[in-house]
Amino acid sequence: MKTLIDRQTLQFLVHDLLEVESLCERPAFVDHSPEIFQSVIDTAETIATKYFADHNAKADQNEPVFDGKKVTMIPEVKIAYEHYADAGFLGATFSAELGGMALPKLVNSAAQSYFLSANPSTVAYPFLTSAAAGVIEKFGSQEQKDRFLRPMLAGRYTGTMALTEPDVGSSLGDLRTSATPAKDGTYLIKGHKMYISGGDHELSENIVHLVLARIKGAPKGVKGISLFIVPKKPISEEAEVSLTDNDVVLAGLLHKMGYRGTTSTVLNFGENDRCVGYLLGEANHGLSYMFQMMNEARIGVGLGAAVMGYRGFLESLDYAKQRTQGRLPSNRNPDSPPVAIIQHADVKKMLLQQKCYSEGALALCLYASKLVDDLETHEDDKQRESASELLDLLTPIVKAWPSHYGPRANDLAIQVLAGAGYTKDYPLEQLYRDNRLNPIHEGTNGIQALDLTGRKLWQKGSQGLKELAMRVQATIDEAKACKPLAANANAVAGVLKDLQQTTFQLASVLQQKGPELALANASEYLDSFGGLVVGWLWLAQAVKAQALLDERKNGTMGQYSEAFLQGKIQACNFYMNTELPRLAAQLTHFNTFDDTALAMQEAWF
Amino acid sequence: MKVLVAVKRVIDYNVKVRVKPDNTGVDLTNVKMAMNPFCEIAVEEAVRLKEKGVATEIVVVSIGPKAAQEQIRTALALGADRGIHVETDEEIQSLAAAKLLKAVVDKEQPSLVILGKQSIDNDNNQTGQMLAALAGYPQGTFASEVSVDGDKVKVTREIDGGLMTVSLNLPAIVTTDLRLNEPRYASLPNIMKAKKKPLESTTPADLGVDVTPRLTTLKVEAPAQRQAGIKVADVAELVDKLKNEAKVI
Repeated sequence: MKTLIDRQTLQFLVHDLLEVESLCERPAFVDHSPEIFQSVIDTAETIATKYFADHNAKADQNEPVFDGKKVTMIPEVKIAYEHYADAGFLGATFSAELGGMALPKLVNSAAQSYFLSANPSTVAYPFLTSAAAGVIEKFGSQEQKDRFLRPMLAGRYTGTMALTEPDVGSSLGDLRTSATPAKDGTYLIKGHKMYISGGDHELSENIVHLVLARIKGAPKGVKGISLFIVPKKPISEEAEVSLTDNDVVLAGLLHKMGYRGTTSTVLNFGENDRCVGYLLGEANHGLSYMFQMMNEARIGVGLGAAVMGYRGFLESLDYAKQRTQGRLPSNRNPDSPPVAIIQHADVKKMLLQQKCYSEGALALCLYASKLVDDLETHEDDKQRESASELLDLLTPIVKAWPSHYGPRANDLAIQVLAGAGYTKDYPLEQLYRDNRLNPIHEGTNGIQALDLTGRKLWQKGSQGLKELAMRVQATIDEAKACKPLAANANAVAGVLKDLQQTTFQLASVLQQKGPELALANASEYLDSFGGLVVGWLWLAQAVKAQALLDERKNGTMGQYSEAFLQGKIQACNFYMNTELPRLAAQLTHFNTFDDTALAMQEAWF
Repeated sequence: MKVLVAVKRVIDYNVKVRVKPDNTGVDLTNVKMAMNPFCEIAVEEAVRLKEKGVATEIVVVSIGPKAAQEQIRTALALGADRGIHVETDEEIQSLAAAKLLKAVVDKEQPSLVILGKQSIDNDNNQTGQMLAALAGYPQGTFASEVSVDGDKVKVTREIDGGLMTVSLNLPAIVTTDLRLNEPRYASLPNIMKAKKKPLESTTPADLGVDVTPRLTTLKVEAPAQRQAGIKVADVAELVDKLKNEAKVI
């Protein structure tokens, strides 16, 4: 069996770096225990291995087909969906009153990482369902919860988020789908939506679309957008699905380079003027509701990208240990046996880069999941507030950094296998294609950079940034106290200082010269910012690993092998020695507010 | 009807087993431990009997270190009703395990005892048979089908020549083979419920059993590495090699 995620790696992040046990002390999780958390993760591993990994390649080779009436797909997807639902994962983080398990987000993300490693395109269906259910839980009326949410958590209905339109993607303020109030309090929805994942299929009795639309007469722009529940088929108050349709028509399926098992749809709502929608929450607040979901969905995107990067790392590591080729440069004897390619420095370097990117990205996404737990369940008001501010600031990073470096890791994995990696005999080319989606969806990485530099940095008097600097500094101080890590601590401290100065400079350019120039190179800033945050988390991992190594020397063996802990420290060293200097140089360039790209004229291309 | 199921904590079947450098045993540091797969089948069979209304209570017992409680919790999450942990850090050989289980059987008086036919760590295939002898119960080993009818249990056994069906008077011992059923996994709601199920702890001393090993392990070695194959030019060379090198024909 292929390893989906190395046990020690996940254990180390969840237990040692993020101290999941401490969550059990909070009233919200008092019914849980570390053993329960582990059992949940074990069940995820079992189901992911048995019912998801089995058809990852098959679903890629046999994408869903639409015959004009119905969408058909390979039967394994439905079986996997049912196991996921039956085991209770749809409601893993929902309250017990709704039939959920009230598990911490951190534990849920750890469990999800097995599914994402096994088969990202099949797990997209339940993932979207849980995300849509989350919005109804937060903003829906009691009646909407009974009618839509309960059957969703029970696995009877699936969910989608229908934001994008053929002409409107990143700029949602311009969307045109309309909602006309009817006499009975419902709305008639009319419009076209595109790139809607999971928008049609036969996996569930019904599909609940969360549709962004504009109520007739609503203000222009983002302040006039409302959110509607629009089922594919009408649903009675008893949550029974009618046989008739709700005038939601599948116009066609889109054919993608990756995630080919997930249907990507073009949907027409209300072509016959009888598509009924139910307003969720208050009118004109739709976008802010949707962003509540998007923020968690963005952690999900980062997690997927990180895990796919990690999967590729494991595949290429395995290959590099087996494949023999050539001799070390110092050996000129053609009669000597060839060495495994992992002995070659360049291959080691590519493996180390993958380890740094993917394990660093995984740490970042799990850290963000724990922040969600903190802001929801921490007993101290101040801690809840600072977690909320920090998460707001980090969300664009959590989405964009892993989704940039995850595919980069897959690229390196292919390079390790060389010709073999380019063939379909190995899973890397599929991982690469699948992972290429992640910089695009849930807000492109370019949008994330603008969100960070134009909005998140300055929110609430930049409290998020201050909180981050404090936490990074605390780790730096810990690392300085530990001699082998002192140089790494100084490296992180240096980039932290550079970043703070650059941010200061950015604020003044924004004010004095306007956003066009200030944000022209926003993606460089996001990359440096993300690189620093991941560097901090690597330093924190090294601190933990060093402490465990010291314990081993004193006779406490613990649950990690010495090699595992050494690997953590060496990866941290590698990151500090190769990645951080690049970030420093990038920040220097950003600081010049170079307008070369901005000044380029369309005609000059 | 009360069913007693014995489960063992062993190295997970997915783990690549490594022999300790000093050849005294298998290296268990930092490896994943899990319920013995044959024991999972035993638990599953008991749960199915309960779902059919045949069994009324499932008691699961495990012998081993504190950590073996994880496997008992897993069995409780799969559907067992309560657990008994016989806690010991000693090496428990088949006979000692059988004696400890006999003591539990005396106390619990189950109508049916289901065990895995063997554990994947030592592959002894002895405990069930020894327990049957000590308890004086009839045994149906290597079961691929089990059906309870009144005070009898019909067990289809997998034997070398095919299948053998035996009918045993209850109380009886059944050991499971691979094809008896496909075990379920622990769902999240059941994992939560398992936490509230009773788990009592006892020791070999409490049960009055001497668990001193009767056998000494002299040496544990990894199997020899398989040699690379060669290509033969023709059938004649193949026959020659089979005759003279491999000496199998």
